[in-house]
Amino acid sequence: MIRDWLIEKVLPRSLWVYHTNCGACNGCDIEVLDVLTPYYDAERFGIRVVGSPRHADALLVSGPMTRQTAPAVRRVYEAVPDPKIVFAIGSCATGGGIWHDTYNVLGGADQVLPVDFYVPGCPPRPEAILHGVATALGLTPKEVHALHAIQEVGEVEIEELAEEQRLVHEQE
Amino acid sequence: MTIASKLKEALLCMKAGRVTLPYPFKPHDPEEGFRGLPKVDVNKCIGCGGCANVCPARLIRVIDKDQFTRVLVFLYERCTFCGRCAEVCPEGAIEMTREFELSTDDVHDDMIGEYHIFMGPCERCGRCYRPPTALDKLMKPGMRDDPIDRKCPTLWPGGDASDAQAGEDEE
Repeated sequence: MIRDWLIEKVLPRSLWVYHTNCGACNGCDIEVLDVLTPYYDAERFGIRVVGSPRHADALLVSGPMTRQTAPAVRRVYEAVPDPKIVFAIGSCATGGGIWHDTYNVLGGADQVLPVDFYVPGCPPRPEAILHGVATALGLTPKEVHALHAIQEVGEVEIEELAEEQRLVHEQE
Repeated sequence: MTIASKLKEALLCMKAGRVTLPYPFKPHDPEEGFRGLPKVDVNKCIGCGGCANVCPARLIRVIDKDQFTRVLVFLYERCTFCGRCAEVCPEGAIEMTREFELSTDDVHDDMIGEYHIFMGPCERCGRCYRPPTALDKLMKPGMRDDPIDRKCPTLWPGGDASDAQAGEDEE
């Protein structure tokens, strides 16, 4: 009961975040810092970056899951107390990015942690990160969906072909 | 530091005013040339696979479903939005839209694009057709003195395909 109250009433207004980099190029890390500047201002939503995972409510993971940092990131995930939300920031954390099949990369962040929300981008704009956090907290609707498209094709003109063939036979 | 210097600092900051973007409450579109999600216009695609060849994350799969259909599957979860697919496309079918609000909780099902392309066959048998795509330009380069059509006015000054009888008499 207290857990539900925390998730519904308290977390959307005050989310303490711990940011961890599991092998990123630091592009996504810089964009996360950008979100905290006054221009994009995540702090007006109560989001604050803390120095220890044990103080955090949410975990921001950036970078592909490398073989070397996987055990450390798993320990960080287990150090964050329940209830927690895990965000995978950037294309590398979402699906491995361009490094998905290299020798030291296991894949995206969801190879080792259960990820709740993905924010693709390379790097994702600070607005995209804000949108991701707002969607996770239920403040905005989700906007992406699977795309299916089938090409339109003209009809097969069988009747014309038959007429042409008939003309050829007549001449012969 | 004295209180006076802190007050001066506070007054200087207040002169700057409000610099925060009202972003989630008002839309903020990125500028021209921003590379967002690449989308394929299926009516221009000819199914060459150049985009699949050049993608650095190798997320485009080209699957031949049957003799006439080629399916391009884009696994957008790995996309780095580099724009190489749009740059290489010979027909300009891929456009880097300006969408960046792509966050989702179910990325493996939501970030997929599946495009079905109808490929023109190479034999001129009974399965020929006229699709409204760029392949039409490659197919039959127009021979004006085709005796069946008789459309070339230099060779057949009198008539066209409807005057088949008159053409035969002239010969």
